[in-house]
Amino acid sequence: MAETAFTADDFQPAAATESAQTVSRPSLSYWQDAWIRLKANRRALFSLYLVIGLSLFTLIGPLIWTVDPSLQDLEQISQPPGANRDAVVVMPHRPWDGTVRLPEIRGLELAEPATTQSVRLAWAPLPNAAGYRLYRNLFPAGEGQALGLPLFETASLNERHFEDRLDLKPRTYHYSVAALDTQGRMTGAVHRLELAVARVVTAQEAQAMGLVAEAGQLKPGDRIKLRAHPLGTDYLGRDLLARLMAGARVSLFIGIAAPLLFIAFGVIYGAAAGFLGGWADQALMRFSDFVVALPFLLFMILLRVASGVQPGESGITPMVLAMVLLSWPAAARLVRGQILQIREEGYISASRLLGGGAPYLVLRHMIPNTLGVILVTMTFAVPTAIFTEAFLSFIGMGVAPPTPSWGSMCNEGIKTMLTTPHELIFPALFISVTVLAFNLLGDGLRDALDARMRSAE
Amino acid sequence: MLRYSLKRLLQGLVTVFFIATATFFAMHSVPGDPLASDKALTERIRANLEAKYGLDQPLTTQYGIFLGNLLQGDFGISYTQENRRVNDIIREHFPVSATLGILAIAFAGLGGVLWGALTALYRNRLPDVLIMLAVILGISVPSFVFAALGQLLLVQINGVLGFSVLPVAGWGTVAHMLVPSLVLGLGTMAYLTRLMRSSMLEIVGSDFVRTAKSKGLPARRIFTHHQLRNAILPVVTVLGPAIAAITTGGFVVEMVFAIPGLGRYFVQAVQQLDYTVIMGTTVFYGAFLVFMVIVVDLLYGWIDPRVRLE
Amino acid sequence: MTGAPDRGGEAAFNRSAARQLGLFGLAILVGLAALMWGLNLLASLTATAGGAPPAVDAANNAITVMLTEEPPQLDSTRSTDQVSGIVLGHVMEGLLRYDDRGELAPGMAEQWRIDEGGATFQLRADARWSDGQPVTAHDFVFAWRLGLDPENASEYAFILYPIKNAEAINRGELAVTELGARAIDERTLAVEFERPIAFFDKLTAFSTYLPVREDFYRATEGRYGADADQLLYNGPFALSSWVHGQSLRLDRNPHYWDQARIRLDRINVGYITSDPNTRLNLFKDEKIVMANLAAENLTNALEQRWHIQRHMDGSIFYLDFNHREERLTRNLNLRKAMILAQDPGELVYKVTKTPGYLPGESLFPRFLEGERGKFRDEHPAPTYQLDVQAARAHLEAARRELGLEAFPPLVLLAGDNPVSNIQTEYFQAVFKKNLGLDIKIDRQIFKQRLAKMTAGDFDLVLAGWGPDYNDPLTFGDLYASWNLNNRGRYASPEYDRQVRIAQGAMDAPTRMAAFAEMQRIIHEDVVIIPNYERGVAYVTHPRVKGIVRRVVGADTDYTYAWIE
Repeated sequence: MAETAFTADDFQPAAATESAQTVSRPSLSYWQDAWIRLKANRRALFSLYLVIGLSLFTLIGPLIWTVDPSLQDLEQISQPPGANRDAVVVMPHRPWDGTVRLPEIRGLELAEPATTQSVRLAWAPLPNAAGYRLYRNLFPAGEGQALGLPLFETASLNERHFEDRLDLKPRTYHYSVAALDTQGRMTGAVHRLELAVARVVTAQEAQAMGLVAEAGQLKPGDRIKLRAHPLGTDYLGRDLLARLMAGARVSLFIGIAAPLLFIAFGVIYGAAAGFLGGWADQALMRFSDFVVALPFLLFMILLRVASGVQPGESGITPMVLAMVLLSWPAAARLVRGQILQIREEGYISASRLLGGGAPYLVLRHMIPNTLGVILVTMTFAVPTAIFTEAFLSFIGMGVAPPTPSWGSMCNEGIKTMLTTPHELIFPALFISVTVLAFNLLGDGLRDALDARMRSAE
Repeated sequence: MLRYSLKRLLQGLVTVFFIATATFFAMHSVPGDPLASDKALTERIRANLEAKYGLDQPLTTQYGIFLGNLLQGDFGISYTQENRRVNDIIREHFPVSATLGILAIAFAGLGGVLWGALTALYRNRLPDVLIMLAVILGISVPSFVFAALGQLLLVQINGVLGFSVLPVAGWGTVAHMLVPSLVLGLGTMAYLTRLMRSSMLEIVGSDFVRTAKSKGLPARRIFTHHQLRNAILPVVTVLGPAIAAITTGGFVVEMVFAIPGLGRYFVQAVQQLDYTVIMGTTVFYGAFLVFMVIVVDLLYGWIDPRVRLE
Repeated sequence: MTGAPDRGGEAAFNRSAARQLGLFGLAILVGLAALMWGLNLLASLTATAGGAPPAVDAANNAITVMLTEEPPQLDSTRSTDQVSGIVLGHVMEGLLRYDDRGELAPGMAEQWRIDEGGATFQLRADARWSDGQPVTAHDFVFAWRLGLDPENASEYAFILYPIKNAEAINRGELAVTELGARAIDERTLAVEFERPIAFFDKLTAFSTYLPVREDFYRATEGRYGADADQLLYNGPFALSSWVHGQSLRLDRNPHYWDQARIRLDRINVGYITSDPNTRLNLFKDEKIVMANLAAENLTNALEQRWHIQRHMDGSIFYLDFNHREERLTRNLNLRKAMILAQDPGELVYKVTKTPGYLPGESLFPRFLEGERGKFRDEHPAPTYQLDVQAARAHLEAARRELGLEAFPPLVLLAGDNPVSNIQTEYFQAVFKKNLGLDIKIDRQIFKQRLAKMTAGDFDLVLAGWGPDYNDPLTFGDLYASWNLNNRGRYASPEYDRQVRIAQGAMDAPTRMAAFAEMQRIIHEDVVIIPNYERGVAYVTHPRVKGIVRRVVGADTDYTYAWIE
């Protein structure tokens, strides 16, 4: 071991250098820091992409998929998603007097080719019949089985023809005509007929659908491609994709505008209460307690009805207003709490000591420090607002038709969920994805923005 | 404690008065005519009806009469069910909604704690992933979709088995209550599960748990006395709002499952502009919620000694 | 060296915790079971119905059915709605009633005689109330006076107006004792008419004409008909329980006179719901014996191989124009343009899609009787065919007559139920497509829609009308200028004249000719755009026979039903 000799020089104070003060990493603002944290959170990032995707779907979507969401394609009602379908052009429908151009009618026969416009049937007399009842079925009916939908009934023996126009789809149908006795009961004698219906469209309809420029360009017998509906159609043959986009505008507008407004109001209200303090604070907060105590959904319904939607209006504004009117106290309380807390923080006192004026304190410290919390609250308020809209639509107190919203589309879809599930699945999916995205984004933002609220994950 | 409770109750009464006033004026601003009917009324019949319900008085007088009756706990006679008192309607139908709500809260609260604790325990392992997937579904799917699907599922199950396991709709027995209350509580359960999970995870890493471990307390004791107990606290705080959401949000489930709850009556009453029923239901629900919030706050103070009620 | 035991400890800790949670879960289950048991007790205090009775309960000779709504109350003098009508049809009986083929049959009255001046009804000796006391002529006189008493404010008072002095009493100009209906003795009821009436027998089957016993009515102190024990019954069944919003139980009334025709012992109304999916699910689950099918559920019904039946309920639906001075729709050419621009067939076949709906052609539905056969067979309704060219020509003519640059949007008033939503959306698109007319949909809650209809705050309104009694007049007088239900205020002296003829004449040929004239005027003046006559597709339980659907009177009627 070597001896170490100290000299007096060794005990000189170190020269003050700047290097100790040097910040070795780049300085990060609050928002930069938050962004880095958010980027590190895979789920939050994913939900952010979802939200961006939804915004694009809502804003850019209608520019790409330029189908009119209110255009009714009555040839394609409640069609599931699918490829292009084509149809034969026919003459417009004319009433039928029952004349049959067949040499002889045996059993139940088609008087003319079966189309989605009409199926014209005629039948030969059945033994011991006092009347007839005509049925249509989707499935072949075996012996003793139900014959299907009763379409027509007559007590006249001479009336042995019927024109079926009811909701004809291009598919196979099983018709049967049953003899009735004088009491109206079935005797058991039945004619049956299985037939395939061809999809047709009139030239006028084709023009109205925008398939051709002039109805005159088409003549009966031409084949024409019908409109494509990538996500299918609804109960009036409207394009589901276009309606989902239009509905997105309504649902997302309500979902974002309402929270934005009530939080803005709440911030002003809460900040006022927090700043004023004392008696005014007490009074303001007591009033917000009252509003909080109002039963939310009951009052939503009441206010929605009270606002009285005018003819042709969608009722979006009254709904947003009602939401704002009932939801602001939560935000007000939160902001007031934050402001009260921040007011007591050391850095405020420090800032004040260093000569920071009131505007500086508010702009530089209070607002940035509450902004995180506000943003998080706002993100969580979006799903709630979207759900509320859907709820109200479900009980028929939502947005007025024909304005589509995801909630009202769900409501319509639920009725047909057994036969045409796509009418429920798509709007429900959009609601779920939106709600999920905003919830996850809210989680991510909370972790990123607010160290105190950070969840332990 | 008693002083505090009394003070809160007094505040509650003032709040109920505020709710009653807000309801009264909101309702009277609803456009439309509560007496209108499918068959047009003659002037004379109309005047008789107006006199019967006091609609011929000025609004302020009506308000005074309404407040007077409210003090006596009398909500008047229904407009649509002409021979029934609103008090009777509430008395008969609120227990139904409350039963549904209590069960739903029980499902949601207990289920939320159980699932939340499980996910925290099996963090990032299969049970956690599965439960959290279910939670995501529970949070993001509207309850009316669940209600419709739940009913459909019941029909399918009953159809496959050939006998009725659970009734698909209606009310009267426990069997009727199970599925509707489960559906009603699902969203809240999902929410509470999430809350419980993060609360648990926070506590697992906390100092007092580490201390408890290091001083050699049995695992069982640490889990129940330190982890569960502390993790449940945040769950209790949100129970108040959850009760509010569930009891007033029950009408969708009531409609789908044909349950004679008060919520369904309220929706009908709004459609029919049944003034007395709207008033009665809203004021009653408002009072109920105010009371529930007070109870939950007192409960919280009792569970968590750190919270001082003042 | 430090890691391993810790990990082992962690695992042990987790195992222990999982065990704890398992126990906790078990405790929850037990707790919930206890809670539900408690709630069950609680529920059994408020509800009498225990369990869910099956659709068909052969052991008790009982069936279970559902209602779409809760009857608001069962006070027959004030009841207005269809659901109350169904229940009243089972538990009460008027002087006359409708039988299983929809024909008038003797009820409380065993014999009757009607002429131009009045009517006499002879009550049967064995007509009894459910407490065993006889039904007397006084009970009818009391009920009718009650129906007309201004204090009682019955909305259906007008249906009693054919009785002498009835209208004056209802206006408060005469005392109720002045009513032209007297009990000559316990079993003889004499009625004087205000003016000759051809269909008084049909009116007596209507619910406002049902008897009410005075002493019982007074004893209820204003709660008559509000609960099962607040009502006295004289029909085939009697309410033995009524849990509001949930269930009603109708038990066979042992005091009913015609025991032979009643084959069921009990009818449970187990469910009250207007949700078509719930209805379908209940039927599928064999919980109810009959269910109306919504259009969306037809495919499912076919898959289930159910025997689907259909029934026309006799209501008509139409677009009513506003004929008031200041309205554009007062212009005949505009109305013609609109009726020519739409096809009720398309509406019925592509939009409503229910079998049984018939495209609307007339104000008078097909079930109405004419002289010998059906009115509509004897007097076919003139119709318009879709003709877009002609429609546009009329529209142009209307534009010139009204001196307009272009048409402002027309307001289409409608209710907020799903059925009217679909139709308004359809009509909006049709008139836009074929005429370029903008339609603003004004969708309102029930009472608000009625208020706006009364105030005339609309251009078009989606309206419907069902028959009160089985005579064309129930539709015909709708457009009389004095009828308050003529919400569009259509006024035509010629039409009014025909209504007066139909009201006053006693012979069928004159009356039917008058109705035919009304049908023609409605068509030529385009007073309304007929949309459809409503029908229902429904399914019944295969073991239950004799369920009666009818146009006038209680629809559905289970009093003739039996279990096979």
